[in-house]
Amino acid sequence: MLIPHPLLGPRDAQEFTYLGDARLLDRPDGLAEDAEASFFDHVYLRDNPAGLHRELWFHEQGDRSWLVVTRDTVTHEILGAELARDLVLRNRGAA
Amino acid sequence: MRFSVFRVLREAATGHRGWRPLWRNPDPQPGYDYVIVGGGGHGLATAYYLATTFRQARIAVLEKSWLGSGNIGRNTTIIRSNYLLPGNEPFYEFSMKLWEGLEQEFNFNAMVSQRGILNLIHSDGQRDAYRRRGNAMRLAGADAELLDRDGVRAMYPWLNFDHARFPIKGGLLQRRAGTARHDGVAWGYARGADLAGVDLIQNCEVTGFRIEGGRVRGVETSRGFIGAGKVGVAVAGSTSRVMALAGLGRLPIESHALQAFVSEGLKPVIDGVITFGAGHFYVSQSDKGGLVFGGDIDGYNSYAQRGNLPVIEDVAEGGMALMPMIGRARLLRIWGGIMDMSMDGSPIIDRTPVEGLYLNAGWCYGGFKATPASGHAFAHLLATDTPHPTAAAYRLDRFRRGWLIDEKGVGAQPNLH
Repeated sequence: MLIPHPLLGPRDAQEFTYLGDARLLDRPDGLAEDAEASFFDHVYLRDNPAGLHRELWFHEQGDRSWLVVTRDTVTHEILGAELARDLVLRNRGAA
Repeated sequence: MRFSVFRVLREAATGHRGWRPLWRNPDPQPGYDYVIVGGGGHGLATAYYLATTFRQARIAVLEKSWLGSGNIGRNTTIIRSNYLLPGNEPFYEFSMKLWEGLEQEFNFNAMVSQRGILNLIHSDGQRDAYRRRGNAMRLAGADAELLDRDGVRAMYPWLNFDHARFPIKGGLLQRRAGTARHDGVAWGYARGADLAGVDLIQNCEVTGFRIEGGRVRGVETSRGFIGAGKVGVAVAGSTSRVMALAGLGRLPIESHALQAFVSEGLKPVIDGVITFGAGHFYVSQSDKGGLVFGGDIDGYNSYAQRGNLPVIEDVAEGGMALMPMIGRARLLRIWGGIMDMSMDGSPIIDRTPVEGLYLNAGWCYGGFKATPASGHAFAHLLATDTPHPTAAAYRLDRFRRGWLIDEKGVGAQPNLH
């Protein structure tokens, strides 16, 4: 699989390590009332969709950036990738 | 129709005209007491033990495709009970004991062959870890022997003992482990269940659950509604998809692709199962002569039933490090299956928040060896509403309560289990 790195162009997926669902970026508030329940959900539960999946890949053998890759889990087709940092900053700006 | 030597001889003498299909192909009834979703190894074994050991009636198995078309038909056929943790080892040893009497019990040749499994040791620390594992196995009633370097050399003199980075220093041997014919296991359970009155309904996809007042009433299928008192789901890699139909799609499970490999047929060279302790590579030789081997999962969520080339390279490297002569063998086939990787690497056999709906999932790489005990324990749960004593730790809520069964100790990262 080739991952279209937004800065470096297409890179072999072998240069990356895989973490999982991009929802892991939304770390719950540890001081909230329901912190125990929301951390259980965050750490252990996954949507595990068949089809489009937004997921975190770490460019360990490259520029060591975290990417959010959109990939089809049924065909392994990769539809796009962006820097996780850009996504988080954009979401923070929106909120 | 019972199988026996006399039956084979009689059929041979009469032109093999007396053989009949192994099971019926019934249309679904309007309702059953028990509906098992998934006609793979675990689903068929569940139906078999429900109908025989637990003497229940009105049971159906619903299979989207043909029986045994999933992971039971595409694994590397290893059976063993060499686990460490108290939540796991008694269960897998129970499974091993069921394997030992399986063929006589269901009167079908599953080619169970107790040819032994050898886990190789490459460092002093690993020897300590395997000694501890062997002791844990023996405490649970299993067999384990710690071999030194000469003991391993006597079994497999051609292994790469003097590898510069990973020299072989010994091994942990379980002699009662071995292999079984994976399709034969599915067919044996299917035939046994059919003879006990279970309806095996193929090409019948579950498209929804009918849930009223928090209780399951039946399943919607591609062949119409089928009522059910209790529904057991045993669908391996499709667990999240099927459970999502009941509103329970968010589970401690990720689906990953695991590849397996077979070489061309070779003369007999490996009479047992060998695992490489420094990488992830396991190999045995089939009765047809092909080397059957595998390694890691591909490592990212997948429903594709096929893997990609980097893992093939990684597995080949493991094989070359362990037994350089494998480099002369040509690969005949490569295939993939979808594993239901759980968050701690151990399975789930439990009730769900929906009354009457039960889940059997999270088998990771280890589903095949567990087939008999999984079926027995799931049938126990379905029939009695209490967990089988050896499967009592496989609760769905153990992740929330912190009672994980993490053999490898890698945490909630499914692609590392």
